[in-house]
Amino acid sequence: MKDYFKNVWLGVWTALIGMRITIDHLFRKNVTVQYPNVHPKDKAGWMDMPSNARNRLYVDMDECNGCNSCARACPVNCISIETVRSVPGDAPPPLASGGKRNLWVSQFEIDFTKCCFCSLCTEACPTGAIVMTTEFEYSSYNRYDLVYNFVKLQNSMSDEKIAEVKEKWAEHQKEKKKEAVEPK
Amino acid sequence: MEEANFVFNMIGENWIAFAIISLLPMIFLLAYALIAILGELKISAFIQERLGPMRTGPWGIIQPVAEVVKLLQKEDITPDSANKPLFNLAPFIMFAASYAGFAVIPFSSYFVPSGINLGLFFLLAVGSLGIIGLLMGGWASNNKYSLLGGLRAVAQIVSYEIPAAMVILTIAVMAGSLDLQEIIRQQSGWFWNWFVFGGSGGWIKIIFLPFSFIMCIIYIIASLAETNRTPFDIPEGESELVAGYHTEYSGMKFAMFFFAEYANMFIVSAIITIIFFGGWNSPFGDFMGGPIWGVFWFVSKAFVFVFLQIWLRWTLPRLRVDQLMYVSWKVLLPFSFVCFLALSLLVMLK
Amino acid sequence: MSEKKYIDIEFSQLDSERMRLFMGPQHPSTHGVLQLEVELDGEIVTDLIPHIGYLHRCFEKHAENMTYPQIIPYIDRLDYISSMNNELPYVMGLEKMLDIQVSEKVEYIRVIFSELNRIANHQIAIATFGLDSGAFTPFLYYFRDREMILTIFEKASGGRLLYNYFWVGGLAADVHPTFKEDITEAIRIIRDTNAEILNLLLKNKIFIDRTANVGILPADIAISYGVTGPILRASGIPLDLRKAEPYSIYERFDFDIPVGNGEVGTVGDCWDRNIVRFREMEESCKIIEQALKTFPSQGDVRENVPKRIRLPKGEIYCKAENPKGELGFYIISDGKDKPERVKVRAPSFVNLSALPEMSRGYMFADLVMILGSVDIVLGEVDR
Ligand code: SF4
Ligand code: SF4
Repeated sequence: MKDYFKNVWLGVWTALIGMRITIDHLFRKNVTVQYPNVHPKDKAGWMDMPSNARNRLYVDMDECNGCNSCARACPVNCISIETVRSVPGDAPPPLASGGKRNLWVSQFEIDFTKCCFCSLCTEACPTGAIVMTTEFEYSSYNRYDLVYNFVKLQNSMSDEKIAEVKEKWAEHQKEKKKEAVEPK
Repeated sequence: MEEANFVFNMIGENWIAFAIISLLPMIFLLAYALIAILGELKISAFIQERLGPMRTGPWGIIQPVAEVVKLLQKEDITPDSANKPLFNLAPFIMFAASYAGFAVIPFSSYFVPSGINLGLFFLLAVGSLGIIGLLMGGWASNNKYSLLGGLRAVAQIVSYEIPAAMVILTIAVMAGSLDLQEIIRQQSGWFWNWFVFGGSGGWIKIIFLPFSFIMCIIYIIASLAETNRTPFDIPEGESELVAGYHTEYSGMKFAMFFFAEYANMFIVSAIITIIFFGGWNSPFGDFMGGPIWGVFWFVSKAFVFVFLQIWLRWTLPRLRVDQLMYVSWKVLLPFSFVCFLALSLLVMLK
Repeated sequence: MSEKKYIDIEFSQLDSERMRLFMGPQHPSTHGVLQLEVELDGEIVTDLIPHIGYLHRCFEKHAENMTYPQIIPYIDRLDYISSMNNELPYVMGLEKMLDIQVSEKVEYIRVIFSELNRIANHQIAIATFGLDSGAFTPFLYYFRDREMILTIFEKASGGRLLYNYFWVGGLAADVHPTFKEDITEAIRIIRDTNAEILNLLLKNKIFIDRTANVGILPADIAISYGVTGPILRASGIPLDLRKAEPYSIYERFDFDIPVGNGEVGTVGDCWDRNIVRFREMEESCKIIEQALKTFPSQGDVRENVPKRIRLPKGEIYCKAENPKGELGFYIISDGKDKPERVKVRAPSFVNLSALPEMSRGYMFADLVMILGSVDIVLGEVDR
C-alpha cells in the first residue's frame, strides 16, 4: 500500500520535474541556425568550420608532377591520373615552386562520388599539389558532374597540346626503336 | 435553450441558420487546426532548442498550410489486400465522431451549436465513437502493425472512458445538471468558483480542494489517453508499431486522421475548460465578461490545455500497454471513486 | 550464479496462434538495417531471430587488398559513431608489431579523444534509447552536446564523423591551439546536460517503469555469450579493459568502473545498462580532466610515423575497450605491406547475439527497449 502511493506520487512528481525542465528550455536561446543564411564557413557560432576541415579536394596543376603517389595512397581508387612522358628537350614547364617536371599530366580525375575524404592523398603528395579545401557545397544532379578533371578545369593543357605531346612521345618511341634496330 | 444562440436571434430559426450553425465550428476547427499544428511544430522546436520551420512565410507561420497542401497532393494509396470499403470509411468516421462533439460545445453564452440539455452525456457518448474508426482502420489495413495499433487503441480508450466518466459524473453531481451551459453558469463569478476549486459555495469547500484538484488531474490524464497523446500514444507509438493504426494511410485519408486527432485534442481541452475551469466565464468576476469576451476566455482557456498536451508530449516517454491498463484501472479509477465520494459529501454539506 | 529470472508475465495457458512479425529492416527503431523475425504470442515475444547483413561491406576481405594506413579510414566506418575508439586498437596493434614507441603527447591526445568519443557514443546510446521509449526531447539535447564534441574533433582532425586521425606511430595532425579550453568548456556543458537528462529521462517514473526489470541479462548468460562493455558491466561484472589490462596510459588515471546494481529493478535490466553508460560518461569526464592537467603541450605528434609500413611476419590480436565493448583486431601479416588477414571482433555483433536470450518472455514493446539498450551499430555488426 505504501509502495502504491509512493509510485503514484513519483509518477506525478517526476513528470512535473520533467515538465519544469522542458518549460525552462522553451525560453532558452535556440542553438540551431538557418543553414544557408548562416554559413558554417563564416562563423555559425560554435559550429563554425575550421580551416583544416576536410572537404572537396583541390589539385593545383601547376604543382603536380604526375608522380601518382596520391592515386596509390587512395584507399578507394578514386584518383585516376594519366601522364605522358616528355621527349628530351621538350620538358614541361617546371613546378610553380621550382621543381623539375618531366611528365605531362594529361588527365587528373578525382571521382568525388567515391572519395571518402580521408586525406591520405594529401599526405602522400610530395609537392603539396593536392589539398583539402573547406568547400563542401558541390552537390549535383548528375553523378558524372562529380568527376572532376582538374586538367580541364584549370586548363593546364589544351586538347591539342595533349595530342601534340602524345604524338611527340610516340614519334620519340619509334625513333628509339629504329635506333635500337639499326645497329643490328 | 434557444436564447443561447445568437444566430437564431439574428436570422430566425430557418435552414440557413442551421447551416451557419453547423459550419461555424468547422471554420473554427480549420483555423484552430492550423494554429495547433504550427504550435506543435514551434513548441516542440523551442523545447528542443531548435528553430522549427522557418522557410514558409515569416518565422514559418504558413507551414501548416504547406503541410496541408502537401498531404492533399500526395498519392492516395489503398493497399491491395485491404478491405477497401472499411479502409476508406475509417478516417471519415474518426473525423465525424470528433466533429460531432463540437455540436454541444458552448463557445459563448450566446453561442452553442446545439443547446441540448444532455450536453455532458452527449460528449461522453460521441467521444468514444471514434474508436470504431480506429478499429476499422487498423483492421482493414491488413497490416500486423495496424492491427496491433487498432486493438491497443480500443483497449486503451475503452478503459480510460471509465475514469473520465467518473469525473464527469462527479461534475454532474456537483452541478446538478448535464447541461453544459448550466454547468458553466454555476461557475460564474471569480475563479474560485470554478469546479477545480470546488465550485461556488462556503468555506467548507476548502477541505475538499485536494479532491477536486485530483479530479481535474485525473481527467487530464484520461483525456490524454483518449486522444492518444504521449505518454499514452501507444496505439501509434512509432518506435514499436511504426505508426499504429494509420500505418497504411496516406494523403488525404491520413490527413483526416491527423485532423481528427487535433480536433479531439481541442474537444478534451474544451471539456476540461467547461467542467473545471468555468468555460466562457471570465476568471475575474465581471471584468471582461460578456458573450464576446466569453469566446475569448473559452478559446484561450482551451488553448492552455492544448498547450499542456503538447508540452507533455515533448517531455514524457510513453508507457507500455500493460502499464497503461494499470494506470487506468488501479490508479485513476480508485482515486476517482474516492474523490467522487468526497465531492458528493461536499455537495451534501453545501 | 543467478538463475535466469523472467518477468512475471505468465505465458498464456490458452493455445493461441503465434504471430510472426518481421520487424525491419525499414522499421524506425531497429537502429539501422536490422531485421528481427519475432514470434509473438499476443503481445509477448516467444522467439526472436535477428537477421543481419543488410549493411555488409566486406570490410575484412577489403582489408586484405589495402595497405595498412589505407585500412584506417575503413575502420572508422565500422562503428561510425565512435571512430576514434575504433582506430585505437588497430594502431596500437600495428605499433606493437613494428615496435614503435609513440610519444607522450600522442598517448595523451589518444586517451582524451577516445574518452570524448566514448562520451559522444554514450550520449547517442542514451538519446536513441530515450527515443525508443518515446521521449524525443532528450535526444536532441544530447545531439546538441555531441555537436560540440564533434566540433572539437573537426578542429583537430578535419573530419566530423570519420576522422582518420590516429595513425600508426602518431597522429594525423596536432591538436588546435584552443584544444584545452574547448574541452574544459565541453565537459562543463556535458555535465550540465547530464544532470538535466538524469531528471528528465532516467529518473522519470514512466521511464523506470518501462526499463526496470525488463530485458534482464544475468551475469552467467552474459559471460557465456561473450558479451562485453556496458552490457556486461550492467550485469554486475566489473570488467573493463582499461582497468583489467591497461593499455596506452590508462593506468595513470584514477577512475571507477560503474556496474549495474539493480537500483530500481533487477541487476542487468535495461535501466542498469543505461545508468552504467550514464555513469561512464562521468568517469570519462574525470579521465579527461586528469589528462588535461598533465597534458604535455610540447612535442611532435608525427615524429614516429613511418613512411612506409611493412609489417614483419607474424600475427597479433590487439583489443581495446570500445564504448560498446571489447573491440579487437586480429591481424596476420605475411611480411608484405598488406595484411594477410584482418579479423574484427566487433562488440556490437557479439552483444547482439545475446538479444534473443534477453528478450524472450517480454512484451513486444519491451523488445524495442531491449534492442535499444544493447546499443548496436549496424555498421559494426554487419561490417
Ligand atoms: S581523400 Fe582519400 S578517398 Fe579522397 S581522393 Fe584522397 S585518398 Fe582518395
Ligand atoms: S601526389 Fe601530388 S604531385 Fe603526385 S600526382 Fe598526386 S597531386 Fe600530383
